[in-house]
Amino acid sequence: MKIAVTVKLAAALDESAVLRDGAVDDSDLEWDVNEWDMFAVEAAVELKDAAGEGEVVIVSVGGDQVPEGLLSCLAMGADRAVHVRVPHEAESLDVIAVARLLAAVIAQETPDLVLSGVQSSDFASAATGTALAGLLELPHVAVVRDVVMADGALEVQRELEGGLIERLKVRLPAALTVQTGINEPRYATLRSIRQASAKQRTTVTPAELGFDDAALAALPAARTAALAEPPVRTTAEMIEGGAAEIAAQIGSIVKARIA
Amino acid sequence: MSGVLVVAEVRQGALRDISFELLAGGAQLAASGAGPLRVLVIAGDPAAHAEVLNVPGVEEILTVTSPLEHFEAHLQGRAVSEVITQLQPAVVLAGHTVDSMGFAAAVAAQLNLGFASDVVSLSFDDGMLQAQRGSYGGRLVATIDFPGRERVMALVRPGTYEAPLPGGGSATVRDGGVTLQASQAATEHLGFIEADGGDIDITKADFLLAIGRGVEEESDVEKMMELADAIGATLVSSRPLVDAGWLPASRQVGQSGRTVAPKVYLAFGISGAVQHLMGMRKSQTIIAVNTNASAPIFGVADYGAVADLHDVSDALAEHFGS
Ligand SMILES: Cc1cc2nc3c(=O)[nH]c(=O)nc-3n(C[C@H](O)[C@H](O)[C@H](O)COP(=O)(O)OP(=O)(O)OC[C@H]3O[C@@H](n4cnc5c(N)ncnc54)[C@H](O)[C@@H]3O)c2cc1C
Ligand SMILES: Nc1ncnc2c1ncn2[C@@H]1O[C@H](COP(=O)(O)O)[C@@H](O)[C@H]1O
Repeated sequence: MKIAVTVKLAAALDESAVLRDGAVDDSDLEWDVNEWDMFAVEAAVELKDAAGEGEVVIVSVGGDQVPEGLLSCLAMGADRAVHVRVPHEAESLDVIAVARLLAAVIAQETPDLVLSGVQSSDFASAATGTALAGLLELPHVAVVRDVVMADGALEVQRELEGGLIERLKVRLPAALTVQTGINEPRYATLRSIRQASAKQRTTVTPAELGFDDAALAALPAARTAALAEPPVRTTAEMIEGGAAEIAAQIGSIVKARIA
Repeated sequence: MSGVLVVAEVRQGALRDISFELLAGGAQLAASGAGPLRVLVIAGDPAAHAEVLNVPGVEEILTVTSPLEHFEAHLQGRAVSEVITQLQPAVVLAGHTVDSMGFAAAVAAQLNLGFASDVVSLSFDDGMLQAQRGSYGGRLVATIDFPGRERVMALVRPGTYEAPLPGGGSATVRDGGVTLQASQAATEHLGFIEADGGDIDITKADFLLAIGRGVEEESDVEKMMELADAIGATLVSSRPLVDAGWLPASRQVGQSGRTVAPKVYLAFGISGAVQHLMGMRKSQTIIAVNTNASAPIFGVADYGAVADLHDVSDALAEHFGS
């Protein structure tokens, strides 16, 4: 069973970061493998193990921060990784542009299954995996919290609002977006990290995928025209002082509100 | 390219609230010159929903009959796609919901629409659509536009617009002109599993102590349970603690958990992700304790303290103990 997993390096903005000229400073960003994608990688490795054969290929679109993230996915048990390297100014590619680049790689890989995370922790679009499935014309299910192979098809549970779950069957090849809690992502060990560095990692450019600069510029379906601080950061009345004062204040608010 | 098309959302035979909220948003765009407002309803018996969707401002209600009883992403995508191709609307609105996550971006990518999800405000000026959404975990607000795209699909965050009262409009109802076949579905519905009631009904409590990932150790959950007992609160949590198996799903607050509105919601170490806020923002009084002064939870809290939850919990235990 060949499984492609799309992995994003997501950015967290430093607590004290401020916008300069309406832009975020690179030095205020900390990059990590997107939380949801850890669950997707784990699901892929588990499905491959259950099938007894196969390959897990990681695909990621991004800049300098990607290689280290790919290494940690390989250390979790993925077999191979492809980095679609985009120039720095293209790092703000929107979800549709990213999906088109991912689709170009995955169309060549022809996996049985494509796994993405439900959403990314930085922009929370919750859209790339489904856009990708649409471009590849693959049957797809979003927000999956359980997946097993049964008679050559997948039985999945789709998690709806309010804790309602829908059970579905979907035939392969297919694409799923994976929800947190579906499994327990394994930790990389020193040994697995050492092994990971021997695994195959390739880098491709958009041009090599058939997108020259003009085509790349035309990919996004949206543009971030401006970034700003929220108009009101907080509506809260802040309680100052040490823990004892805070506790005393909380105590009196609770007492006043709960008759 | 003109008009606004709202895609209604039907679950287990009933319209979801978001459908009406989208009509309010769509009516605003229509009033700013985006063109006529239409609503598309895809269901086993779509005509059954026409009367309530007929709110003032809607010009047409388009019905598409699904051969299946339940939402199916591929049938939904096909119907939405065909209707967009026929009508060429300037703006397509759907909810930023689990069902939409399953079909909308696929349609947008295939039809090369402009696209933005989890949108919290929309405006239409000089023939141009602009949207706002959060970025960097809700820390910043991004203004989005769609250069070069004549048709745009926006997925709107639930709660963004106030739902109008159902009915009372003068729309015409017509067949959407799409024929769906069961064989076009790519998934097979095997059944629903209703949310597990669990040991406790957290929606009934007046005072909730809510803990999030700021509680870093499983061993601290026991301590928080004791604190909740000591201060007369019921312990609930954000999703990651339930994912980790530290607390049962019946205690999870948020979009995929329970929706609560207690008299007091005391949040310890919860960042305030939108899916969490959806489940607790209607609480009468929200108190947030977080080490990060820029955590989005402070944007909905009535009282806040930038502090370590462990220090505050020790002090609270002492305060209530004495
Ligand atoms: C489809 C979907 C459905 C979802 N449904 C839900 C849902 O029902 N409920 C839900 O909660 N989430 C849900 N989520 C997940 C949601 O997006 C967030 O990931 C989640 O709410 C984050 O939980 P958190 O705030 O506990 O963790 P984090 O976001 O990691 O925040 C932890 C916070 O603790 C603070 N902190 C750290 N240490 C301390 C300390 N010592 N003292 C005080 N503060 C500290 C940090 O500053 C941070 O703000 C859903 C996501 C998706 C995609
Ligand atoms: N730049 C990227 N490279 C690879 N995968 C991505 C990228 N951006 C998003 N994804 C995938 O799409 C999922 C959802 O992200 P999003 O739609 O951005 O919220 C992520 O969990 C990843 O699996």
